[in-house]
Amino acid sequence: MTGIDDRLLPDLPVKSKVSRFRPVAYIVPPLIAILFQVYVPRFVDFLSYLELPLLVTVYFALMRRQPVAGAVIGSAIGLVQDSLSQHPLGLFGIVKTLVGYFAASISQRFDVENVALRFILSFFFFLFNQFFAWVLERGLLGQAVELQVPQTIIFGFLNAVVAVPLFMVLDRLKTEEM
Amino acid sequence: MESFLSRYRNLSVLLLLVVGQLMLLAYQVKAREDVPLIRVWAVTAVTPLAKSIEWVRSGGGGFFKNYVFLQAAETENQRLKREVGELRLKNQLLTSEIQTADRAKVLAEFRAHAPSKTLPVRVIGTGTGANSRVVYVDRGSADGVKRGMAAIVPEGIVGRVIAAYPTAALVQLITEPGSIAGVVSQKNKVRGTLKGNGADTCVVDYVQNQEKLDMGEWFYTTGADRVFPKGLPVGQVKMVRDGRTGKEIVISPSGLLAGIDEMLIVIDGVHGLIPEPAAPASTEVSILAAPPAEGGTGVEAASSQSGSLTDADRLKEKYRKIGESQGIDFGGTKGRVVDFNKPVTPGAPGQPGAGQAGAGQAGGVQPPAAGSVKPAAGGAQTAPAQPAATGTVKPPQTGSGQPAGVKPPAARTAEPGKQ
Repeated sequence: MTGIDDRLLPDLPVKSKVSRFRPVAYIVPPLIAILFQVYVPRFVDFLSYLELPLLVTVYFALMRRQPVAGAVIGSAIGLVQDSLSQHPLGLFGIVKTLVGYFAASISQRFDVENVALRFILSFFFFLFNQFFAWVLERGLLGQAVELQVPQTIIFGFLNAVVAVPLFMVLDRLKTEEM
Repeated sequence: MESFLSRYRNLSVLLLLVVGQLMLLAYQVKAREDVPLIRVWAVTAVTPLAKSIEWVRSGGGGFFKNYVFLQAAETENQRLKREVGELRLKNQLLTSEIQTADRAKVLAEFRAHAPSKTLPVRVIGTGTGANSRVVYVDRGSADGVKRGMAAIVPEGIVGRVIAAYPTAALVQLITEPGSIAGVVSQKNKVRGTLKGNGADTCVVDYVQNQEKLDMGEWFYTTGADRVFPKGLPVGQVKMVRDGRTGKEIVISPSGLLAGIDEMLIVIDGVHGLIPEPAAPASTEVSILAAPPAEGGTGVEAASSQSGSLTDADRLKEKYRKIGESQGIDFGGTKGRVVDFNKPVTPGAPGQPGAGQAGAGQAGGVQPPAAGSVKPAAGGAQTAPAQPAATGTVKPPQTGSGQPAGVKPPAARTAEPGKQ
């Protein structure tokens, strides 16, 4: 916790339960999420809206409750995602680093086991992810990409719907809570 | 310094990660160079899996469908329903196989006839990121695929290779924002730049409002972008209207309409020609030639033989014959008047071939000699006296070599404006 955080959120209850996972849990689900995004939309086109790497990043960041861990996990997943995309390396990496960091920071103040909160956070971080990706594409890469707000909100909602059961599945990978 | 880092450890790590990736990003943008190592590792690692998935899907998909279906049918124990289901499934499978075979055949035929040297590839995956409009194909630099090569299908252009790895290549679809191509419209020769807009359509920019463009008009590649060979179809105009800085043109890319499972990578492009637009619907008026002479009246047959076409000519000829049958020479015989009520007498003086006419030729006028005027046996048998009436006025030839409005040979055709 930083001094800034303490001043901003002085009275909120602190939930300090930290989940731990086996090392393989940090590798296999993100990999499956990325491969899902690469191959599944080829056969089921409408599933291309699913941003599973983001949801996995959010989950691990929330459950780890450590901003550093969240940032590192987000960075790693983002860079792998970058390497399989048409964008220069770093675009998704930066965005997911920020997502992981802020998700972990928020998780220190909330009960992240709550289904409603998971839904809201997934929705919020999808919008965050899309917005920052759009900013970087326009600002750093100079691409004239339009942010389609209604579509993004709908996709955010759908991703949040998927996130809830997905997080429940991922909960089974937890080994212990401290 | 140490206490500062420990106190702001989280922020320090965050800044370190973000700044590091920003520098990586900036390097790639500034140097216009990729960091191939990481990508090669990642793509090479996942490509075998992708190929396996594709192999299982294309090869074993039908088997699993059949198996699952049969299991369900057995549990239901309804023989008739099962048979119908099997037939439906088989039909679906065969239809799918036929479609696949047709698609492959079309692609092979197109490849054989295309002037450019191409390499057939199969799509094995899509790019990451929501709404990604890039696909992975199963051929890479080991097969000669290079960055910047065009990807096409017989129906039109698909995209271009933006990265080539040893075992796979990444193709950016033309609908992806940032993809561009030089295009020209087929009919009005309007030139512009095709751009992807992140949707299922593309836009054509840099077209002045003064330019004329029709809905449904085809766009073709110009070859000016040095990626797509000239003459490849791009798509049809879906929407066109005047904008502030130029025309707003939306086209539906023809190469992506039917989905993309296979495509051709243009290894060695050869520019082609932009075909001329198909001829519009003919506005010509067709006028049939005069019917062949009927043998009903000897006068008409003779008139037809002599080339008299109008009623006045025929009447004049009839009176002349009547006069001749009565031995009266119009303008020469004085004091005698022709009896026009008297029928033409066979064998009368002045009548050619008098006395040789048969009983059926009651008119008294000898029918046309055999061979000169034949009985009508279809529209093609026109009177020999009217050869000029059977000509065909041909419209200007189109560039495609297809004469617009070809008419039957016995018909006279002319454009209404020229009549």
